Amino acid sequence: MHTHPMKLIIIIAEPVLEGRITQELRNLGATGFTVVDGRGGGSRALHAAEIPGVNIRIETIVTPPVAERIVEHIASQYFADYSVIAYASDVAVVRSEKYVVPAPPPR
Amino acid sequence: MSLLSTLSANLLSPIPLAFALGVFARLIKSELSLPKDLYASLSIYLLFALGLKGGVELSHVSVDSVLKPVLATLALGCLTPLLTYAVMRYAGRFGEIDSAAMAAHYGSVSAVTFIAAQQFVQRVGAPAEGYMPSLLTLLESPGIHVALAIGAMQRAKLQKAAGVESRSTMGEVLHEVLTGRTMILLVGGLVVGLLMGSSGWTTVSPFFESGFKGALMLFLLEMGIVAGARLGDLRRVGPFLLAFGMVMPLVNGALGALLGSWAGLSVGGVTVLATMASSASYIAAPPAVRLTLPEANPTYTLTAALAITFPFNILAGIPIYHAIAIALSA
Repeated sequence: MHTHPMKLIIIIAEPVLEGRITQELRNLGATGFTVVDGRGGGSRALHAAEIPGVNIRIETIVTPPVAERIVEHIASQYFADYSVIAYASDVAVVRSEKYVVPAPPPR
Repeated sequence: MSLLSTLSANLLSPIPLAFALGVFARLIKSELSLPKDLYASLSIYLLFALGLKGGVELSHVSVDSVLKPVLATLALGCLTPLLTYAVMRYAGRFGEIDSAAMAAHYGSVSAVTFIAAQQFVQRVGAPAEGYMPSLLTLLESPGIHVALAIGAMQRAKLQKAAGVESRSTMGEVLHEVLTGRTMILLVGGLVVGLLMGSSGWTTVSPFFESGFKGALMLFLLEMGIVAGARLGDLRRVGPFLLAFGMVMPLVNGALGALLGSWAGLSVGGVTVLATMASSASYIAAPPAVRLTLPEANPTYTLTAALAITFPFNILAGIPIYHAIAIALSA
């Protein structure tokens, strides 16, 4: 099986941020994402669970340059004020073109 | 009936009893809790029923008769957040952001507290005007926006001083509040109720009216469990917020009673409007505040709104506003 190296980004965040972050992922070059609900606890005195609801886990597979942009964006926009963590790991995918935003058609 | 006897009679009515059972279950660490989906379903049922009934009633009243109550409600939407902000900032010495966050919660309204007030005035034989649910929808949003506007301005000032670029989130928040479940069900229910009128209502009232009080009891049971889970936080928020959670609703409630009485509402109507003014939102306001004022500490606002003011209003506040309404009508 021939595979291509990609980055898997996982963001765990307060539920109120779902709409904002997923929109930003699209803008930063992610072609898709998956969101699941979860439970847990964190290091912050005021945890996300303060707001009724669950935590969300957003996953997206992107190219390494896009991964870097996403992690930097999440760090600068959210780490200071919100309960958010983000991390990246290496994954291997079969269809690499699926994870790349197609270039606009030539004029 | 004296205030004391009304208070004790209120404690033995269905809503406070169901709420108390929920708190008790939580205190003894029972595993009881309503399934999340049932809780959501019950709130949809209650809000939609409330909107429908209000819409049907609205089809019977003239524009003139609701004009003054509407003005009174809009005035409350602007005054209660300003008052709350001032008390937090200058009496409680909280920061600008936490004060604005609290003002957003207390400027908005708790629909369940509203329903409890309606049940109360029905039980004591002084039902409120049928169009009260329309006023509820008017009060939900302005308070949040007035308070968030104060907070956003203060935040922009602080961030400018710190050299941080701020982002505007008001559009996002407006969308969040206006398209929230509560707003869609209440406003949508009002429009549907208005359009279908009494003849439409009679066909669906077996479902929406007969089950209403029972559903409300189940809902209050879960509210008791949720509030009970927050009782531990009372120790963390300090004596000022403890007192604030009981005094602020009395102040806002008295203001609501005065404006309701000016608007010419009945004793029941004044009681319900005062309760609306006194109540604090814990569904619409928290996410809106979290998105706009992320530096605000949600432990303060949620504990005050949910663990202090909500039970206070259910157990004691509503009979007190009723007594104020009677005094004003005399």
